[in-house]
Parts: sequence; structure tokens; C-alpha cells
Amino acid sequence: MSTDEKDAPPRTARTRLAVAGARATTESVFGARPRGDRVSNRLFLALLLLGLAVAMAGLATMIIWAIVEGSPRLNMDLITNGPSTLNIDQAGYRPAILGSIYVIGGVIALILPLGVGAAVYLEEYADKSRWWNRLFELNIQNLAGVPSIVFGILGLAFIVRQPLGLGFVPAAGAITIALLVLPTVILASREAIRAVPPSIREGSLALGATQWQTTWRQVLPAATSGILTGVILAVARAIGEAAPLLLVGAVTFVTFDPSFFSPGFTTLPTQIFDWAGRPQEQFQVLAAAGVLIMLALVLVMNSFAVWLRNRFEQKW
Amino acid sequence: MTNHLTQEIARPRPATAGDVEEAPAVQHTEISVRPDEFRQRGPVEHKEKTFELNNVSVSYGKARAVNDVTMDIFHQNITALIGPSGCGKSTLLRSLNRMNDLIPSARVDGQLLYHGADIYGPKVDPVQVRKVIGMVFQKPNPFPKSIYDNVAFGPRTTGIKGDMDEIVEKALTRAGLWDEVKDRLDDNAYGMSGGQQQRLCIARCIAVEPDVILMDEPCSALDPISTGRIEDLMLELKERYSIVIVTHNMQQAARVSDMTAFLMVELTADEKSRWGELIEYDDTTKIFTNPGDSRTEDYISGKVG
Repeated sequence: MSTDEKDAPPRTARTRLAVAGARATTESVFGARPRGDRVSNRLFLALLLLGLAVAMAGLATMIIWAIVEGSPRLNMDLITNGPSTLNIDQAGYRPAILGSIYVIGGVIALILPLGVGAAVYLEEYADKSRWWNRLFELNIQNLAGVPSIVFGILGLAFIVRQPLGLGFVPAAGAITIALLVLPTVILASREAIRAVPPSIREGSLALGATQWQTTWRQVLPAATSGILTGVILAVARAIGEAAPLLLVGAVTFVTFDPSFFSPGFTTLPTQIFDWAGRPQEQFQVLAAAGVLIMLALVLVMNSFAVWLRNRFEQKW
Repeated sequence: MTNHLTQEIARPRPATAGDVEEAPAVQHTEISVRPDEFRQRGPVEHKEKTFELNNVSVSYGKARAVNDVTMDIFHQNITALIGPSGCGKSTLLRSLNRMNDLIPSARVDGQLLYHGADIYGPKVDPVQVRKVIGMVFQKPNPFPKSIYDNVAFGPRTTGIKGDMDEIVEKALTRAGLWDEVKDRLDDNAYGMSGGQQQRLCIARCIAVEPDVILMDEPCSALDPISTGRIEDLMLELKERYSIVIVTHNMQQAARVSDMTAFLMVELTADEKSRWGELIEYDDTTKIFTNPGDSRTEDYISGKVG
């Protein structure tokens, strides 16, 4: 058979016979597996799909519910107006949005230098054979798993009250949330720094660069996208934190714009929490609209993180 | 080049071409490198010593990697270190510019003099050593930056003054890369071929005006054509720099080097562990045509290793 006829159907009876014979032989050797095997395979696949379906259904339900429920209130009032119990149909999230921005801004300003600094120390400078460095590592991993309410109590005891004594201000909320997400940021930054191959450090040191120059001009620039991705994902999580903020002073009903160091602030999740707990129908609608704002925020941040990772990822 | 290191130094020993005593010439059989593969070279002049190694041993923790190496490495020569895997060639090479310091457990014993100055002296800063003694690695390791920034990184960090464009052009020209990359200096270095990347790494090394270039199997990841270009480059660079090269390719050692050191994995005295030892160090021509030690001959003729 020549190559261009390879795929043509068998023509003569003899060819057909030969093909049938070959097929029968093949099937007897490589043929179907036992029935039980096939059933368990399908069952397993079905279980996997079920898991996926439950996750997607949960997400879809939440989004659809929020859109259906909250869509009547999707207008500028929602962003520009403050809360009100008298004029519910015009009430909005202005102080909550500003409060969230203040807290998140403070969080970013704190976790970037602290998180990256700790990660650089652990990856580039720490001698792993020393017990205290191993202890640091272990405890950072443990801290990443501590419930957020514990950080809320810590913030109340040490930041709001003595020794810092800041009072119930957005700055206290920012410090508390920063402590909460710091372990995550350190772990993500360490991953990003570790992904920079040792040959880059060697190449730099062999040129007579100091360790500090190597870290600052080679390792950190190469790890930037990974570090920023980790920071953004941590911040996206921090935006949704309500419990620790309730403890450090994010009261649920604030009608005035917050200021970083003056008492009285609220954030998006605490505001939503307040309104969702009220009996009137209009508050339910308002809460759903607030959920939409938060979802949009988180979506934008996560998309930015993905874009950053794809755009600046270095193939070694 | 004058003494860059801050130390006043013990007197160097009188010059000897090789410290291995000349064993009676062995009857040599089929040698894998044919004589015509040798470069036409005049008599090697050993006027100035770059390195003097006196009983140098390198250990990682308790395990000794290289034992008791004594040899002189000469100025404006290409010195090749050959030997089987695990014989400590790379370890020895990396002790010459204190790259071994990066491994916390590494320790160097014995005396390692660079132009008479002890490289491991108490007042010597390893960063200063590496400015003068550059290194090119086995796998090309350009920085994830533009071609220009790759070359400019060294001069910028080490504070070399002058017109950076000029420095970059000079280094790339000397590395034989200028014509290929002059139109795309701002492109990422990872877009170059492996051979170009390795020549970029050499250019990067030249840009800081070192005195010595250490090369750790610089061609092992490259195809024969790129290898040939780098070998030509080494012969040109030899006019200005001293080059020490570790290679697994004996033909390469025969083609480019002036002096060759053969290291071998040997059992320790108590026969419990192994370390690398310098077996023979001599003119490359002698090593490849008339080696003084039967182990050298067995290795280069392909009987062992």
C-alpha cells in the first residue's frame, strides 16, 4: 500500500478479510478491560465532576443571587451616599468604601516592606543550620493558620489599648489586618525569591557584586512579579475580613467620612454584615448590592494579579 | 596587573613548572588526541605567576574534596584542569576566587597566593577578589535583563567610571558578540542562542576588567560550532587575561591550553573515603604526548574515567 492510499477504505475482499483479522487480533491482545474496571473508572470521574459542580454551583448561586437581589440599587447613590436608616432607598456605602480603602492602603504600606524584608532574610541571609532560623520558619507557617478573630483580640489588646493605644481608628484596623496577612505575604515572597535560580546569584557575585547588591539589583527585580502577585492575593483576602475589624473598632454604622487616625470607621464587610442583619426588605437589597461591590473589587484585584504573573513571568 | 589585595605576603617559592616529579616516560599507546590537533604554539613562556597554590586542600564539612594541591598558574596562559567527575576540578577552580565561600561548610587549607598575596588572608574581602578574578559558569546564566544591562551590571556595581556605552561596546566587541547584537541591545538576553548567551556571560565578565577569568566547563552545554567560537575567543583573550578552564573535553584542553593539570579521584590513606588529587601538571603538549604518570596516560587515552 502506498502512502497516499493509506487512509483509503479496503477495496477487495481479501483486504477486508486481512483488516478484520488484524482487528480481531488487536482486540484480543489490547481489548476492552474487565467491566468492573470500567465502572469504577466512570464512578471516580463522576465524583470528580460532582466536586467541581458543587463548587461552581455555590459560586454561581452567590453571584446570581447578589445580582438579582441587588440590581435595583446599582446606581451612583450606592457609592456616593452614606448610610441612613430613615432614607433607606438612597443609603449607600461611602464611609464603608473609604474605610476599606484606608485600611487596605495601610495594610499594603505595612506588609510590602515587612513581608519582603522577612522573606529576603529567610531566603538570602539566614543560615538554615541554626535552630532559631528553623524556628522562625515553623512559626510563620503556624501563624498563617491562626484564626483571624485571634488577631482581632491581639489588635484590641495591644494596638487599640496599651502599649500602642491608638484607639478605635482605621490605623489600628490596618495594623491588625497587616499582622493577619503578613505570614501569607512572607510565604508567597519566599516562594518568589526561591524561584530565582541560584545561578543568577552566582553570576552576580562572581562579578564582584556584594550580597546586598545581588539581592537588591538581581534577585528582587527577578522576583517582583511573584511577590506582587502574592501581595495582591493576600490583600484581596484582607478586604473581606470582618471579624478582627469588629474587635478593633470598625463600628457598623458610621455616617461620616473616616480619617486615618481619628476614631470611628467602618468597612465594606462590616457594613454589609450590619445591613444583612436588619429585618427590612430594603436593607437586604442594600446588602446584596454591597456584596456586588466587594465581588467586583476582589475580581479586579485577582485579575490584576493573574495579568501581572503572566506579563512578567520569567522563563529560566 | 598590580597587587589588588591588601596583604603583605610570604615569599613565593621558586618557580617550578610542575610539582609532580617526573616519572620515567611511559610507553604510550593509542592516545585519543592526535598530534595535529594541537595548536601551533611556540615555547610556552612562564615568566610571571598568577597563582601559587601551596598544599591547598578544600573540604566541605568533614569531607575533603581536594587534597594537597601544589601548582603554579601562569600569567597570560590558558591553564586547563582535567579529570573524571568528582575529582574536585570545579571545587579547586571555585576556591581561586572564593566562590566556595558561598557554601557555609566549605573550608580551604594551605596557602593560595595571587600575585604573591594570600587570597584567604584575614584582611582580604572576597568581593574584591571576585572583581579581579572573574568567572564563567557551565550553564550560561545571563541576568533576566536586556543585553546592555547584562554587560553594564558589573561596571555599575563595582563603580567603574567612564562612558557606559563605550564600556559595553568594548566588552561585547572583545567577546566577539558586538556585530550580532548591536541592533538589539535592549532585547532580553534570554532571547539569544545558548552560544550567544555564553559569550554574553564572557563579555559581562570582561566588562569589569578582571585579571583572571575562571571558566567552569564553559562549553559543555553548547554545540560544536559555538564551542569553536568560544575557544577562538579564549585564545584572543589570553593576550590580556590569564584563563583557567575546567573541561571534560580533552580535545578542548589540548586545543586551547598551555598548561594542563590532571586530577584524579584517589582513595584516602585509611581507604574509607575518596578525594581529588593532583596527579600531574605540566605543559599541555607533554601531558598529551608524553605524560609522566601512567594514570594520566590511561585517562587521556580513554582507558579509565
